[in-house]
Amino acid sequence: MANMKRTMNRSVEKKLIGLADLVINAAQRAKDPTMAIPIRALSNVTFNERKGLLEMGQKKQARSFFNVGMAKKFMQTMLVADALSELQRAELTTSLREIYYRTKHTIQDSHENTFDTQDESDPIIEDLEVSLVALREELHVRAENGGSVVGPLVLGDDGDRVDCAKLGKGGYSVPSIVEPEYVEIRRCTADFVLLVEKGTQWNRLSEDKFWRRYNCVLLTGNGQPPRGVRRMARRLHEEYRLPVYVLVDNDPWGYYIYSVVKQGSINLAFESQRMAIPKAKFIGLSSADPERYELPRNVGIKLNEKDIARAKELLNYQWFQKPAWQAEIKRMLASGLKYELDALANKDFQYLTKKYLPRKLKEKDWLD
Amino acid sequence: MGARQREISVSEFFTKNRHLLGFDNPRKALLTCVKEAVDNALDACEEAGILPEVTVQLDAVATGHAAVPAASQATRFRITVMDNGPGIVRQQIPKIFAKLLYGSKFHRLRMSRGQQGIGISAAGMYGQLTTGKPVKIISRTGPKAPAHYFEVQIDTKKNEPLVHENKQIEWDRPQGTQVAIEVEGRYQKGRASVDEYLEQTSIANPHVRLIYRTPEGDTKEYPRAYHELPPSPREIKPHPYGIEFGMLLKMLQEAKSQTLSSFLSSDFCRVTPALAEEICRVAKVAPRAKPRDIRGATAETLYQTIQATKIMAPPTNCLSPIGEKAILSGLYKQIKGEFYTAVSRPPSVYRGNPFIIEAGLAFGKPLDSVTKAEKPAMPLAEGEQEEGDSELARVIRYANRVPLLYQQSSCATFKAVLATTWRNYGIAQSRGALPAGPMVIFVHIASVWVPFTSESKEAIAEYDEIHKEITLALRECGRRLGLFMRRRERAASEYRRRNIFELYIEEVVEACNRLKGGKLPTEKLKMQLQKIASSRTGGLKTDETLGKAGTGPEGLPHSIIVNAEGLEGEALPALDVSRSVAEALEVPAGIHHDEKQRASKGSQRQPGMRKPQKKAIDKIAAVTPLRQKASTPRMRADSVRSPRKSHPTGKKR
Repeated sequence: MANMKRTMNRSVEKKLIGLADLVINAAQRAKDPTMAIPIRALSNVTFNERKGLLEMGQKKQARSFFNVGMAKKFMQTMLVADALSELQRAELTTSLREIYYRTKHTIQDSHENTFDTQDESDPIIEDLEVSLVALREELHVRAENGGSVVGPLVLGDDGDRVDCAKLGKGGYSVPSIVEPEYVEIRRCTADFVLLVEKGTQWNRLSEDKFWRRYNCVLLTGNGQPPRGVRRMARRLHEEYRLPVYVLVDNDPWGYYIYSVVKQGSINLAFESQRMAIPKAKFIGLSSADPERYELPRNVGIKLNEKDIARAKELLNYQWFQKPAWQAEIKRMLASGLKYELDALANKDFQYLTKKYLPRKLKEKDWLD
Repeated sequence: MGARQREISVSEFFTKNRHLLGFDNPRKALLTCVKEAVDNALDACEEAGILPEVTVQLDAVATGHAAVPAASQATRFRITVMDNGPGIVRQQIPKIFAKLLYGSKFHRLRMSRGQQGIGISAAGMYGQLTTGKPVKIISRTGPKAPAHYFEVQIDTKKNEPLVHENKQIEWDRPQGTQVAIEVEGRYQKGRASVDEYLEQTSIANPHVRLIYRTPEGDTKEYPRAYHELPPSPREIKPHPYGIEFGMLLKMLQEAKSQTLSSFLSSDFCRVTPALAEEICRVAKVAPRAKPRDIRGATAETLYQTIQATKIMAPPTNCLSPIGEKAILSGLYKQIKGEFYTAVSRPPSVYRGNPFIIEAGLAFGKPLDSVTKAEKPAMPLAEGEQEEGDSELARVIRYANRVPLLYQQSSCATFKAVLATTWRNYGIAQSRGALPAGPMVIFVHIASVWVPFTSESKEAIAEYDEIHKEITLALRECGRRLGLFMRRRERAASEYRRRNIFELYIEEVVEACNRLKGGKLPTEKLKMQLQKIASSRTGGLKTDETLGKAGTGPEGLPHSIIVNAEGLEGEALPALDVSRSVAEALEVPAGIHHDEKQRASKGSQRQPGMRKPQKKAIDKIAAVTPLRQKASTPRMRADSVRSPRKSHPTGKKR
């Protein structure tokens, strides 16, 4: 396996060095060094209905050095490429923040910094992922461990055996890279995967040992799930044929989290192939639930202007065109309210564990 | 009851209402006293055709038996103002300095600094009131005449002077007047201070040599930058549009003329005998009627008829504008910047009073402060930013060459500055605020009767005509500034472009080198990239526009002076200069022609000035021929050549 890693490194490193060659060749021919970077925006994303996921289109954007607007970005791209290749050679992994610090310095004879904030370096790493067709893991960049898992699941991590059923209520913190080379799934006896948006509700379910009673894997991404969590769900879904249910707040952002899990995100459409779970189901909170579960109106929150605008955007996305989904979103807009998962505590602290989810599962009350 | 009713003298009235005359608080009182004395001195010199040389001295004075306190702590000051004017004849001295509303300026319609004849005597009265000390005057009318020394006070009940001392003395000055007043006051620098007043006075009066001895014992000299006296304004008769009904009645009663028509044509300006007949006919009054007999309804009809008749605007030779050139040299002398411009509007009229608006603008930072800022102390951390300039423009206001320091926000000039859309000229401006930037805006109104909002002469009333003229003048200044800014911006952005590439090439080459494992011929790659950069940013041509071959870092010489024709100083290549000269020559001489001519005669070089100033004076001189000799073709060649000669980098082009 170590060998496999090594060969993969080699190819990524070659791609990075290719950028230097691009500059050198252009300079020799007295041409403006230019790289083509696929556009990461809605305009360059298509929804593949057959596969049920988002795919990135062919549109590319030129980034050339001798253009006042792009010169700095070009320079930054070269610096990040340099830092990434350093990681490859040293066989280290690092965080986005560290890349930022590694590449930041004040340009000689000036008082200009190469990067002023991390907001400048993060998109460049994404640019490189896309244009070099290399995964972030392959670039040795990890995100923070953004999620937790608990349930009848045994993992192998750096040779350690991790039994997620014996980790108390805290569970195992999902690393950002969960490729088979890094994390191995040794055994899984669960019946399904429940991906919860909020850490607080995951804690509730974990504390109540919901997973034991209903034999499932509990996952959370603390908001928009990071790549590691999505990839973990996808692997369980793929390798163990487990259905995946998504439990989110009833607001436009919750809907979008679900859609990212299911079809992939616009920004990282090129990763959908690997991340998306087209068969994932939306279990709640649905805009129909307040009525069905008799949640009082006073635990709702008024939709603000941003919420409404976002909901209207969702209505137009191709992957929200199913009649059930149009009805779902329009119902939320009509009520003018959004509901947090936490609002269920209004009825009982354990309402989620003891009433809501059991009934949902029993009635198979979910959206596709 | 009736027994208690009695007359109130003007002096008594002003004793109680001293704020009306600008003596509200000790600090302002000190300024007002200095101001009145200086204004009088300047008026006197100019009327006598003498280039003024004025010395102002402030001394802290002890109260009672205490020691003399420090200037900032003192509450009492002696103000001594000395001029080289014509002096005052002995008999007049007491009345001028110790009788309110006595003066030569009130009854005539002619432009002067003082208007009512309250100023200096009010200052004396204020001194008398707060310290009990008389006003001390020394005056000498010429080298052969004796110098007279007076100590006078004012009898506030009668508004008559009381002479305490009157003798002939020896005086080392051949001619002139010296006034010393002791007043209660406070000396504080900063806004609306004596220092600021004198500095601004010297800007608007570059023909004055001003010496200022501060209470701290320093001596500041404001040298003469302009060696010609402003032309003496003529006196005019009132314009019929400018008088009120009551005034007309009074004039009718006091008329010397025998007939109404001759009264109209002789006591007013711009009323010809024919027009007088016409007015009488329309008003249905006999032209032969005695002016004294016209009263009541007849007089009212007459008044209305006059107002309805079309009468030519008043003559404007009663005004003496500062002139564009003098404003430029004044601004240049006192304010360090990169760009200066000045505009004199043609005369206009409000309520029958002619007036002229002049505006000027000094923009930018002095070169030395720019280079200082250029060297950064340390690299910037995240979230830190380079400190931007949030400085707002400063407005300096003048009425008949006198700086106005108080009540800025209620002044017509200030309002016009706010109402001007500076953003059109590339200057940032928040809503309802002054434009932002290192900028001084100069506005001057010259008029036979400046409409102040109060007796203390602090703010100009907002007549529509005045507002319009100020706005037009400011816009013209703004347009020129915009031109300058755009040109500079263009050069700077080109420079930045080049700079960006040069800056980043190093980084990119180093990154490539590391990517290639440190085996890259870096110098070669750098050269190749630099060549591409240079070919893409206009190469040598940019260097030249940027002035990299010669002067300052951003391609700008120390300062640029733009004159009325839009001709610019050193930033223009020689070719462009000759072109704009040709264009300028084709423009027919403006309304103002005579004034420009006059203005341009001055400005000989003053020895011992700082170097850049010399350069600027050269420039003024270089531009001069254009204005003067616009019509003679022989002079054209000269005028085209001369700017080149004065061009420091001329040989390169």
